Amino acid sequence: MGERDGHLLTVAGLEALLQALTAQGRRLIGPTIRDGAILYEEIEGIADLPRGWTDEQGPGSYRLRRREDDALFGHVVGPHSWKRFLHPPRRELWRARERDGEVELRPAALPEERLALVGVRSCELAAIRIQDRVLLEGPFADPHYRAMRERIFLLAVDCGEPAATCFCTSMGGGPQAREGFDLALTEILLDGERCFFLRTGSAAGAALVAELDPPPADARAKSAAAAVVERARASMGRKMPEADIRDLLLASLDHPRWERIAERCLACTNCTLVCPTCFCSTVEDTNDLLSGETVRSQRWDSCFSAEFSYMNGRAVRAGTASRYRQWMVHKLATWHDQFGSSGCVGCGRCITWCPVGIDITEEVAAFAAGAAVPAEGD
Amino acid sequence: MFMAPPATDIAPRDPLLPRIVRLRGKRREIRGVWSLEVVAEEGEPLDFAPGQFSMLTAFGVGEVPVSVSGRTRDGIGLVYTIRAVGAVTAALCGLRTGAPLGLRGPFGAGWPLEEAAAREVTVIAGGLGLAPLRPAIEAVLAAGGRLVLLYGARGPSEILYPADLARWQSARRAQVEVTVDHAGPEWHGHVGVVTRLVPRARFDPDTALALVCGPEIMMRFAVSSLREAGLSDARIFLSMERNMKCAVGFCGHCQFGPHFVCRDGPVLGYDRLAPLLRIEEL
Ligand SMILES: Cc1cc2nc3c(=O)[nH]c(=O)nc-3n(C[C@H](O)[C@H](O)[C@H](O)COP(=O)(O)OP(=O)(O)OC[C@H]3O[C@@H](n4cnc5c(N)ncnc54)[C@H](O)[C@@H]3O)c2cc1C
Ligand code: SF4
Ligand code: FES
Repeated sequence: MGERDGHLLTVAGLEALLQALTAQGRRLIGPTIRDGAILYEEIEGIADLPRGWTDEQGPGSYRLRRREDDALFGHVVGPHSWKRFLHPPRRELWRARERDGEVELRPAALPEERLALVGVRSCELAAIRIQDRVLLEGPFADPHYRAMRERIFLLAVDCGEPAATCFCTSMGGGPQAREGFDLALTEILLDGERCFFLRTGSAAGAALVAELDPPPADARAKSAAAAVVERARASMGRKMPEADIRDLLLASLDHPRWERIAERCLACTNCTLVCPTCFCSTVEDTNDLLSGETVRSQRWDSCFSAEFSYMNGRAVRAGTASRYRQWMVHKLATWHDQFGSSGCVGCGRCITWCPVGIDITEEVAAFAAGAAVPAEGD
Repeated sequence: MFMAPPATDIAPRDPLLPRIVRLRGKRREIRGVWSLEVVAEEGEPLDFAPGQFSMLTAFGVGEVPVSVSGRTRDGIGLVYTIRAVGAVTAALCGLRTGAPLGLRGPFGAGWPLEEAAAREVTVIAGGLGLAPLRPAIEAVLAAGGRLVLLYGARGPSEILYPADLARWQSARRAQVEVTVDHAGPEWHGHVGVVTRLVPRARFDPDTALALVCGPEIMMRFAVSSLREAGLSDARIFLSMERNMKCAVGFCGHCQFGPHFVCRDGPVLGYDRLAPLLRIEEL
């Protein structure tokens, strides 16, 4: 969308765009360097972006490195994903006070805050759409998610340099933001000057463009942007095997490979926490001794924990093999049955942040190979 | 914002927010098992379909899924039959008459009674598994269907709903068989696991539906006996149990293969379950 009516934005123009979003009463959340990683935190403007930095990623490894240039978005995705804002790690659901046999129940206030998410990648737009299907578009809708989602502004960025762990193109997306954004940027150099090709994806985005009135992009800017995306597409770090992964995994539920993975997997839950689509949660009731109130909170949960499948005094998924299988089969297979798409967007976070470097693409490849020659090497 | 569903004028009720209901009465069924009668504060009727469950909150303790085991005699309230096994179920069973509790639901897909009522239904229940089946049994008998009930309990003192069993036994179109795992000399009925009763059941495998609820291991044996008796997979329905936190498809806990047991179940056809029940620790 918007290829024809693209605009050209200078670095100063981007700053003006961010300030215009702030002026709308939005809190800006974007990539920034914190604790040795690029995290999504509150930012004030482009000075907070990881300008001139990149991230080197591999199975179980992540490292920031100075770039030779001063690119603003010359990095990819870190351990945070946008789900921490839309579907937060912990939130209160309600509190209740019981007095003389009467219960007063107060639902937690819905968020009124308006966020602008800056630097959202194509894989992350896909992940947000996937969480929409889970939390908004089923028979029930999560009102907190809805409130955040309806107020959000998405400023996307096309990826120029995928990490070694990226495989979005094999999951049907990336590296270019195609839909689901308000505005999208491609970072380009024109005559050695850093600037952005700006595409519009919504009425809210168009209104902002009208307000800032940047010049239209010429053919040179457009082809520079297309070249960035093309280069990124050609340098994808990994790929998912081209197989019917759903059928492959559902046919492999009692494959010995699960036990082999379990010998490495620590069931640490990292992969589920960094995954931008993992949505599982649990609830906790606590008693506030001071106010005498009962508080029910929701927090992220992980299918790698023993309590997750706890029933009748034991865990249904007692071993790590069955928990890893649940995670991977849900993500890549049963997600199709439940929500009509894969649950994986190819962002590679689970590969990078797995302390033992388990690589989901490599595991699928092993199942695909094993399907032809069962138990080979197992 | 782009592509999110349109905002609705009337905010739909938060599916995670319980409503306050009251314990109108309770009775001890067997040791450690209580039936609770629950009514809405405003007195408006609470509805459900046989086989559905609710999420019940004991304030200050927690929330658990519990099947609806019937309607109150006046038809406005719901009955739950609960075994006190842990913190929340013990707190629910320990509530005093008149106490408030939290209710969400009813949720899920119940027994296929539209199909079943006019025909013959074979019910196999183990232990507390009779609770979610009681409303189905009542519905089948009320609709003039033919009922075979095979019920197994640990021992004679563990038999749930003896008055209902006696009433069903005397229904014209019903065959009711009760067995216990262990019994002393005072017991004159069947002894042994419930699945051994299947060959005694009089049903036409081409028209009967089987509704099964009990411990998972018992359901597995029940299914193989039913299949031996000639019932096809598509005519066998099981009520599944899994860990549940939300009951509305958000929390992920209840997944069993592609199914969210809270939403697609708890009652699922065996034709859909067969390939999954084969897999350990799924
Ligand atoms: C769809 C559905 C319908 C249901 N219908 C009914 C019904 O009609 N009636 C009914 O009684 N139940 C029903 N249940 C089961 C009921 O939900 C559970 O019994 C309940 O959730 C237990 O919660 P609790 O807090 O009381 O016990 P929990 O604390 O969950 O404990 C359960 C058991 O495990 C033991 N235990 C606790 N913690 C641990 C641990 N960490 N490790 C090992 N063992 C432990 C306890 O001692 C106890 O024996 C249903 C469940 C589902 C999913
Ligand atoms: S796969 Fe890796 S990240 Fe995921 S639980 Fe196992 S050890 Fe942790
Ligand atoms: S109980 Fe939460 S998804 Fe089913």
